[in-house]
Amino acid sequence: MTYIAKPKIDLPGQKRNELGLTERDYEGAMSTLCAGCGHDSITAALIQALWEMSVAPHQLVKMSGIGCSSKTPAYFVHGAHGFNSVHGRMPSVATGAMAANRDLICVGISGDGDSLSIGFGQFGHVIRRNLNMLYMIENNGVYGLTKGQFSASADPGSTAKKGEANEMQNINTVATAISMGATFVARSFSGDREQLIPLIKAAIAHPGCAILDVFSPCVTFNDHVGSTKSYAYVREHLHRANGADLIMPAEEISVEYREGETLPVEMHDGSMILLKKVDAEYDPTSRPAALGYLEKQRLAGYVVTGLLFVDDSLPEMHAISKTAHAPLKDLAFEDLSPGGEALVELQKGLK
Amino acid sequence: MKRTDTSNPDYFHQVVDCQWGCPAHTDVPEYIRLIAQGRFTDAYMVNRESNVFPGILGRVCDRPCEPACRRGRMDEKPVAICRLKRVAADHRGDISGRLPVAPKEKNGKKVALIGAGPASLAVANDLMPLGYDCTLFEAQSVAGGLMRYNIPAFRLPPEVLDEEIDYIVDMGVTVHYNHRIESMKGLLDEGYDAIFVGTGAPRGKELKLPGRYDSDNIFIGIDWLESVAFRHTDRIGENVLIIGVGNTAMDCCRTSLRLGARNVKVMARKPREFFKASDWELEDAEEENVEIVTNHAPKEFVIEDGRLKGMTFELMDYVIEDGRILEQQVTGEVFIPCDDVVLAIGQENSFPWIERDLGIEFNQWEEPEVDEVTFESSRPGVFFGGDSAFGPKNIIWAVEHAHQAAISIHRHCRDESLTDRLPPLLNLGSRKMGLHEWSYSNSFDPAARRKMMHVPLESRFDALGREVELGFDAQQTAQEVERCLNCDIQTVFADNLCIECDACLDICPTDCLSIVPNGEPEELVQRLKAPVLEPDQPLFVSDELKQTGRVMVKDENFCVHCGLCAERCPTAAWDMQKSLLNFPQAADYGSPIGDTPCQQRKTG
Ligand SMILES: Cc1cc2nc3c(=O)[nH]c(=O)nc-3n(C[C@H](O)[C@H](O)[C@H](O)COP(=O)(O)OP(=O)(O)OC[C@H]3O[C@@H](n4cnc5c(N)ncnc54)[C@H](O)[C@@H]3O)c2cc1C
Ligand SMILES: Cc1ncc(C[n+]2csc(CCOP(=O)(O)OP(=O)(O)O)c2C)c(N)n1
Ligand code: SF4
Ligand code: SF4
Ligand code: SF4
Ligand SMILES: [Mg+2]
Repeated sequence: MTYIAKPKIDLPGQKRNELGLTERDYEGAMSTLCAGCGHDSITAALIQALWEMSVAPHQLVKMSGIGCSSKTPAYFVHGAHGFNSVHGRMPSVATGAMAANRDLICVGISGDGDSLSIGFGQFGHVIRRNLNMLYMIENNGVYGLTKGQFSASADPGSTAKKGEANEMQNINTVATAISMGATFVARSFSGDREQLIPLIKAAIAHPGCAILDVFSPCVTFNDHVGSTKSYAYVREHLHRANGADLIMPAEEISVEYREGETLPVEMHDGSMILLKKVDAEYDPTSRPAALGYLEKQRLAGYVVTGLLFVDDSLPEMHAISKTAHAPLKDLAFEDLSPGGEALVELQKGLK
Repeated sequence: MKRTDTSNPDYFHQVVDCQWGCPAHTDVPEYIRLIAQGRFTDAYMVNRESNVFPGILGRVCDRPCEPACRRGRMDEKPVAICRLKRVAADHRGDISGRLPVAPKEKNGKKVALIGAGPASLAVANDLMPLGYDCTLFEAQSVAGGLMRYNIPAFRLPPEVLDEEIDYIVDMGVTVHYNHRIESMKGLLDEGYDAIFVGTGAPRGKELKLPGRYDSDNIFIGIDWLESVAFRHTDRIGENVLIIGVGNTAMDCCRTSLRLGARNVKVMARKPREFFKASDWELEDAEEENVEIVTNHAPKEFVIEDGRLKGMTFELMDYVIEDGRILEQQVTGEVFIPCDDVVLAIGQENSFPWIERDLGIEFNQWEEPEVDEVTFESSRPGVFFGGDSAFGPKNIIWAVEHAHQAAISIHRHCRDESLTDRLPPLLNLGSRKMGLHEWSYSNSFDPAARRKMMHVPLESRFDALGREVELGFDAQQTAQEVERCLNCDIQTVFADNLCIECDACLDICPTDCLSIVPNGEPEELVQRLKAPVLEPDQPLFVSDELKQTGRVMVKDENFCVHCGLCAERCPTAAWDMQKSLLNFPQAADYGSPIGDTPCQQRKTG
């Protein structure tokens, strides 16, 4: 925590995005997390990604539950909408917001505790619903906010700060998400911004529920020897399956890529994710391949990062529910509330 | 790249732009903090240690520190460093107990100082506490040199001069006023152990145009200012032309207004961007309604019936590219009437009194051959400093020359090598007080530079010596000190502690920090978080970091020394530490008669 605010200083030669905003315009309140927390690093990546994508602040809605991770939305884009909900209930509140205004860009931030323990049910169902959002899990293997108890993502055998080992099996976020039918699953590391930022952008561009699991070391309770979520451990065992580049619809694809090394994944809006393959045998468009690959690397002692699975063809919530094409706020009052007679008419058809 | 060697005092010194820019290396941010704490006397003493004349310089210093100030690079004006120096001087308490004193027992060595300008006085300041017997010869009846009789009293009141000169003379310097040295040979024969020549650059340049010697109303600027200072001249005509547009011209035009001139024009040969005068001196002159006329090259003095009528000028036109004149052309001619003309086109040194067979070599321009480090002439034991050494500069340079010359004289008198000089010393001390507490005001203050208040125009000209600048009031001072970025509170990096969490990179409000794979300098700078805008500013590169082998890079250019990187760092890999630089002076070379109560660095 820091007491003086990061000052705003207008320097010569500051860059501006399409909206004329500087990167600093995408900042939020001063972080109250511990100095060095991975979550803050992810916040910085979000700021950069949203600025580069020229997301209009009023188009953005930031959602979260409870935890240090869930405090993140306060620290970026102060001009956006947001809701800091109850523990593990971020997906429901996000669903409500997006149901009402489908044009919003929804960024939900959760933690491994928030999503894999109390909110595990909500996590599964928002995936099934394929709600159009970026669902970010800032994964540190502990309940940071309540002082470092093991979370469900803690690896068996890893130790807590005072030395006791975790004896329970862990929930593998990405494998769980893929097997539950998620349409976009990626994993990254707070300390690998080069990979993380394009993944954030791709996840936002993805028309459905994009799960982004990001290792985010808790410097205070889980950065010791014996932890498998420390800066040092993650760096040592990281295996980058691929790196991604998001090419926006209007942009020309200028990157040269060789067959077999780069995999273009086209998105419905005409944008394209260019996957730079590191591991040639890995195919992120196949569910069995993805799950098999993850398991194989886990046995070899590696944590795989990159875009692990993507399927752009599955319908998102509004398409499944056949809802109105416009946000509710844009509908005429008569259409939104057609009155008692219309209800009677409707009920007739259901008899 | 290899790790930057931050143990070399130059690295952190260069980060303190003002101190780096100051010829005498005054510890500016340190004294500004002391002022902020209301410790005016301490602030004065920090100044005096380096620049000897804080009250004088707080008014009239050429202030090379201000264009250098980091604050000025951030789309703003520099900190009013000079004005704050005056605040320290104006509000200081009794310093008598803190001034250097000469020991009762002398060291037996005699030094002659010629000319009582700032250069000689500062030499005496450094040598008297070491037991030297210093004798000062001054042609005029008072001490101070050009500070006394060329810088007008409305910029520098005589009381301020008297006080700071007396601090030195009262240590027991023997002064012979009205004693012009007419022969160096004669002086050499008197058996001094060393001689310091501080006679300045006393000859104003001539403008040899038709009519120059046909009127009594054409003056050489520095001579004219001198005769005004000594009250030999107390009036001038209504219409005055000043030729030249340097700082002397500014003093001449403003002095004219105080002697009855109503219409003063400063005539410049070139466009404004080529003016030699400092911006603030031009502003002050223009505030007094002096007209500055550009692109007029003097052609001739027009004399009718033995009386000066005016001057003709050629109208100039220039082709300028990138601040350089590529072509020039005369497009016409104009006559401008006037009653008096003052020539202010420069000065040079002249030494008719130094015989040329004494082993003191002169170059083709009749300038003495002087060593730039030791200030010794080609004759051992004879030293030059101030304007006499390398031509006209300013007071602060004269002081720095004097410090160096004093070291040389001290070494010379002990038969020690002059070139064997002590290096500057660097001392770093953490400024951490507690969890989020630093012993300096680290938050960035966006306030704009405070404006110096002036005596109103209506009451400015009635007395020749009315000081125009009023000094900062308490509130202006309180605001201006907060503008200082504390560039001497350095970001010091402990490579082995960094866990590469990026916290410092993200919090830095000016994007100075980057963690990148190492590389060659030209290529590495391309990959930093923010573009390198000032390649001359220092760049810090760490060792390879232990987790990824990348390096921490800091571009010092825009660092505002807010300390946020250090606050955010979970491992205290960054710390904020005061860099105290000690630039050796004569006393640091040891005293021949044991410890003397010489100046001690009191801060840090
Ligand atoms: C009009 C004007 C305005 C200036 N304004 C500023 C300003 O605002 N700020 C600034 O920093 N600088 C200013 N300067 C420059 C500054 O005054 C000089 O650079 C500085 O005074 C040089 O100091 P010095 O000790 O070398 O010589 P000087 O100050 O010139 O002193 C030399 C002394 O030696 C004496 N002397 C000369 N020959 C002999 C001899 N043979 N025997 C005995 N005595 C002798 C002279 O009488 C004089 O007292 C200004 C200069 C001028 C001309
Ligand atoms: C209903 C409810 N149960 C329990 C808690 C206590 N609690 C607060 S945060 C938290 C865990 C947060 O862990 P995680 O989501 O991993 O966030 P982190 O702090 O590690 O970023 C718990 C159990 C709560 N606030 N509300
Ligand atoms: S307790 Fe851990 S997760 Fe919470 S802010 Fe501190 S470092 Fe981050
Ligand atoms: S002190 Fe640190 S955070 Fe502040 S501007 Fe300098 S490098 Fe950046
Ligand atoms: S905050 Fe400290 S540990 Fe983190 S990257 Fe910066 S220097 Fe390294
Ligand atoms: Mg957690």
